[in-house]
Amino acid sequence: MASLKIKNIKKAFGSVEVLKGVSIDAQSGEFLVLVGPSGCGKSTLLNLIAGLESITEGDIYIGDRRVNTVSPKDRDIAMVFQSYALYPNMNVRQNISFGLEMRKVPTKEINDIVQKVAGILQIEDLLDRKPGQLSGGQRQRVAMGRALSRNPSVFLFDEPLSNLDAKLRVEMRTEIKLLHQRIATTIVYVTHDQIEAMTLADRIAIMKDGIVQQLDSPHGVYENPANLFVAGFIGSPSMNFIPCRLIRSNNTVGVQLEAADQTSAFLPIGHKSNGLETWVDRELILGLRPEHISTSFPQQDASDQIHPINCQVDVVEPTGPDTLVFVNINAKKVTCRVHPHEAKPPGELIGLLVDMSRAIFFDPETEKRIV
Amino acid sequence: MSSASSPSSNQSAGAIIGRMVVYGILIIAAVYFLIPLFVMMITSIKTMADIRTGNLISLPREVTLDAWKTAWNSACIGVACNGIKGYFWNSVRMVIPAVAISTILGAINGYVFSKWRFKGSEVFFSLLLVGCFIPFQVILLPMARTLGQFGISQSLVGLIFVHVVYGLAFTTLFFRNFYVSIPDELVKAARIDGAGFFRIFWRILLPLSKPIFVVCIIWQTTQIWNDFLFGVVFSTGDTQPITVALNNLVNTSTGVKEYNVDMAAAIIAAIPTLLVYIVAGKYFLRGLTAGAVKG
Ligand SMILES: Nc1ncnc2c1ncn2[C@@H]1O[C@H](COP(=O)(O)OP(=O)(O)OP(=O)(O)O)[C@@H](O)[C@H]1O
Ligand SMILES: [Mg+2]
Repeated sequence: MASLKIKNIKKAFGSVEVLKGVSIDAQSGEFLVLVGPSGCGKSTLLNLIAGLESITEGDIYIGDRRVNTVSPKDRDIAMVFQSYALYPNMNVRQNISFGLEMRKVPTKEINDIVQKVAGILQIEDLLDRKPGQLSGGQRQRVAMGRALSRNPSVFLFDEPLSNLDAKLRVEMRTEIKLLHQRIATTIVYVTHDQIEAMTLADRIAIMKDGIVQQLDSPHGVYENPANLFVAGFIGSPSMNFIPCRLIRSNNTVGVQLEAADQTSAFLPIGHKSNGLETWVDRELILGLRPEHISTSFPQQDASDQIHPINCQVDVVEPTGPDTLVFVNINAKKVTCRVHPHEAKPPGELIGLLVDMSRAIFFDPETEKRIV
Repeated sequence: MSSASSPSSNQSAGAIIGRMVVYGILIIAAVYFLIPLFVMMITSIKTMADIRTGNLISLPREVTLDAWKTAWNSACIGVACNGIKGYFWNSVRMVIPAVAISTILGAINGYVFSKWRFKGSEVFFSLLLVGCFIPFQVILLPMARTLGQFGISQSLVGLIFVHVVYGLAFTTLFFRNFYVSIPDELVKAARIDGAGFFRIFWRILLPLSKPIFVVCIIWQTTQIWNDFLFGVVFSTGDTQPITVALNNLVNTSTGVKEYNVDMAAAIIAAIPTLLVYIVAGKYFLRGLTAGAVKG
């Protein structure tokens, strides 16, 4: 177990700068998830931590040791790859023991470790098979076994579940979480699946274009996104972004929203308007998650921040527990999450409530969060 | 052509005729390519009298292996009348080390160019590829001079050296293209596991390389065994390979031209490459089309 410190790391391939100053601290035993769209530099960062690529600028510390120039094998890390990278010519046992053998661990000890790891991952029956004779999920386990066998201080996972089918992915996700609770080793886990990130992480680093946009707990990035990108990336379905103008009416600050049939509603912002005075009479972006636009809220009688708006239903998508209703507000498609019984068919009017206490605002220019 | 004659076949008449045309063309092509071999075979087991009286494709009236024995043991090449056996072994002694060395070096080169790229390695590789397109004739003079400098001109070692150098461009290309299809992550995983440059090659990549080794060995064996130009330029007398000896045998004119001996010698010269192809040919095709290795 060891902490991991990444200090202002830059990485360029030729003239292309892929990482533009990334700083991340992970405590010992923390489950850190790197998430972001394809090509944002997640794998590159992981390769830098592993020592498979050289750092252009900045420092990486594992524990108290600066590892910039330490070779991969001496960094005390283990990595699980997206393609699993099992050695095709070796059977499962040899795959797991290869790293130990390279480190000149005595044969007897190797056998004990292989047995133990196989037990943890329930792959005892597969030890004599070649990777080609395994299913995707089994290969995944073997790849984890290979990493586990060395008992490293930091685990690096590069999209380990992306080659599995949906059901298996959910199962393995739970297993990885259990595994982490059991071994409590520092893990850096790369994914582009935000649900995986939310469910697994102690903290999430959301990356875009080689820059960490936000580093916070799953709750933090969900409730308090730092900018439009993070707000839109985390959460499914995504947060609604409604362009609108902030106005003052009867001494309350609020937004004017136009829904169907020219019906418009004034939604006061209440006590959240503190930081917004300078924005009165200017355009900004209102961010509302689908679950904050609904037909009823449990706390609706006690709250003075829930305001009605009537809209025309465009599309209805039942998901089971909830139904997603799509409406138009300020000429923007907006997703609302309502109880299945209260959804209306397309074309009809629906009386929605907006929980303005959960509304957040973004600067349309800088895309940064305002309050 | 069972499909054509089978009454239970539900193919239409058109399809059957089409099939027959295809097979017809294939058979004609096969015959066309096999006739020279056939003529060589029957001529080599005829007596000289037989050859003089019969025509090219008439079957031998009397079968004899005398011409083969003469070709192997006592045919005159230049002034020496010891047959081609010495030259045959020359070729063997040249081909085995030349193929082995060029294949092994090619494998290591390909490994570097695919898995351990360095600054400028692409340029380096492109330059090496140019070697595939340089005609033999172009390198004769510079090579002669180089061999002279090394003190190995007109020797078997020199000839092996020439073949290794010339073959490297091809073997490197074969191995590099094969290793490119093997995921880089295998190498990364092995590096993290603690294996070094040669250990990764030996333990991870080599075991996967069987198909491309077969391709490379067949290619190189055929090229080097059949080479005439390097052999005639860079070797003399006793060190000449069989291709050169065969030419000299046919051109050595003392009295009558013994066609049966010439044919037998030619077949002997062709046997090793034929054997290699028959034994390993199916791996050759498989290796050429071998794609990514599934983990
Ligand atoms: N060896 C390399 N040479 C040049 N550019 C590279 C190299 N490796 C990666 N890149 C570039 O760096 C950028 C980031 O790549 P990286 O693999 O880190 O993305 P990623 O976030 O892991 O994406 P994905 O989710 O698709 O795996 C990409 O634009 C890629 O083209
Ligand atoms: Mg990646």
